[in-house]
Amino acid sequence: MSVLSTHNLIIDVPGRESGTPLNITIEPGQRWGVLGPNGAGKTTLLHTLAGLHAPRSGEVKLSGQSLSQLRRRYVAQRLGLVFQDRQDGFPATVLETALIGRHPYLSPWQMEGADDYTRAEAALERLDVSHLRDRLVSTLSGGERQRVAIATVMTQAPAVWLADEPTNHLDLHHQSAVMALMAEQAAEGQAVVMCLHDLNLAARWCDHILLLYPSGEACWGPRDSMLVPSALERLYRQQLTVVEVDGASVFVPKVGK
Amino acid sequence: MLSRLGLPLFLLLLAALASLLLALGIGSAQIAPGQIWAIVLNDLGLNNLAFNNLGPGEIAQGEGDALARIMVVELRLPRALSAFAVGGLLAVAGALMQVLLRNPLADPYVLGLSGGASIGALAAMLGGFGGLAISGSAFSGALFSTFLVFGLAHGSGGWTPSRLLLTGVVVAAGWGAVITLMLALSPAERLPGMLYWLMGDLSYSRTPWPPLLLLLAICVVLVPLGRSLNVLARGPQQAAALGVAVKPLEWCIYIAASLLTAAAVTTAGSIGFVGLVVPHMLRLLLGNDQRLILPACALAGGTLLVLADTLARTMVAPEQLPVGVITALLGVPTFLFLLYRSR
Repeated sequence: MSVLSTHNLIIDVPGRESGTPLNITIEPGQRWGVLGPNGAGKTTLLHTLAGLHAPRSGEVKLSGQSLSQLRRRYVAQRLGLVFQDRQDGFPATVLETALIGRHPYLSPWQMEGADDYTRAEAALERLDVSHLRDRLVSTLSGGERQRVAIATVMTQAPAVWLADEPTNHLDLHHQSAVMALMAEQAAEGQAVVMCLHDLNLAARWCDHILLLYPSGEACWGPRDSMLVPSALERLYRQQLTVVEVDGASVFVPKVGK
Repeated sequence: MLSRLGLPLFLLLLAALASLLLALGIGSAQIAPGQIWAIVLNDLGLNNLAFNNLGPGEIAQGEGDALARIMVVELRLPRALSAFAVGGLLAVAGALMQVLLRNPLADPYVLGLSGGASIGALAAMLGGFGGLAISGSAFSGALFSTFLVFGLAHGSGGWTPSRLLLTGVVVAAGWGAVITLMLALSPAERLPGMLYWLMGDLSYSRTPWPPLLLLLAICVVLVPLGRSLNVLARGPQQAAALGVAVKPLEWCIYIAASLLTAAAVTTAGSIGFVGLVVPHMLRLLLGNDQRLILPACALAGGTLLVLADTLARTMVAPEQLPVGVITALLGVPTFLFLLYRSR
């Protein structure tokens, strides 16, 4: 049974034609990559899937139930969202930030218990930021903040990960580590949907791809049927060279074209 | 976990009780703490307990005792409790506004509420009304201003914090102009009373119970909302993604903060700085967990205003200063010092 599905979904990008209605079925264990140029609506799509943004038409179903009918608290127990940009209104430490991932599970009168702390600390450990646990998030570097944000969702332990450019600001090592974490989550039975800018990360770590064109057109399917150079060149309006490295395709932009 | 929340609150509670004791004891006639204790217990109908605690010499004071009793129970106690309630209400309202607008510089008056209340109160004073009419008129003015700002900021779409803030600031500026106009047109003999009201003055307050009960009620209501407020402080999108119903919660905060401020302004005029400085100081000292900050604001805000009011009525006795002057004179340097230290 699909964990997340869209039914004739048209996302609401202001000033754009409706384009292709999305009928996507996301199963547990799948790793979806959403690709598209700037402004194609990747973030809007992710927020629509999370129920934070109303669709223009159609609907999103979480485990067969219409997302708009569900209580936010229940949705938050099932869906976790890694935001692309974060607002730091008030100062908070790294541990406090990870701990808010437990919010959907705690009743209003309940304080965070030992179990919640254990989960938050394990997530910080996994993302390699546990040495920063008492630092204020506002004093961290971009990449460290990104890892704290991912640790928060890991503490939330959702069945569906919606990650908006999870490798943003990350160095090469942590990019691989985060993608490996996503793969690990999928292997455990979670579904992962990621917006990515790096074609090669998508080729390496995703098994399903959704291509989102600025016009609102879209196509989706298993990775190998989607990562075709001609389609990608049209998507990004950029000529590509494909080289084989260790038996896998690597996409490199052609210079000057 | 409980001790992390419990210890600061316990210390603040002690400070609050100490400040009340001080406020009851100090004035044109000094009353010793032991005597205050006896009077308060006596008044609560606990005579036996009180007399057991005191030596035999202190019981038979006759007329002096009756005078002290009137001074404590009928004059100083209501005023001190009013000051406590108003300070607590303003500090909690300030903390809520700061979360709502996600701006640490917000205070309870930032949305023009005190301006509306002031115009209501000044109009009642100009009309020659006193007491209850001034309070009622101030309360209506505060609510009118609240709805005006909210309606304008809401517009045809939704409201955002920055839009709400901007609308509030502009409406407040408008009220400021109207207040100046009213003052300029007022007969000279009414001016001192009006100016005292504008600076915040507790001598207008009568029974302390409505604001005190409101403060207690709001603290009880806010405890279960504390964690949601923490999440909301991270931004509305993050809060929604973590299961907070953002719009209803924001409505709730807005209405609660407005009601608290309106009650405070109605009781004591527009006292500045408590709502801005107290939450900020507590955040610097205790971190940013609203479950701790909100009750701490109630206690610390109350304590601060009780002390400020005690100063206001003793510094140049028998004259009384408007308490808002004291809070500003104390608040500004403290705030600047903490801000300077925190960088």
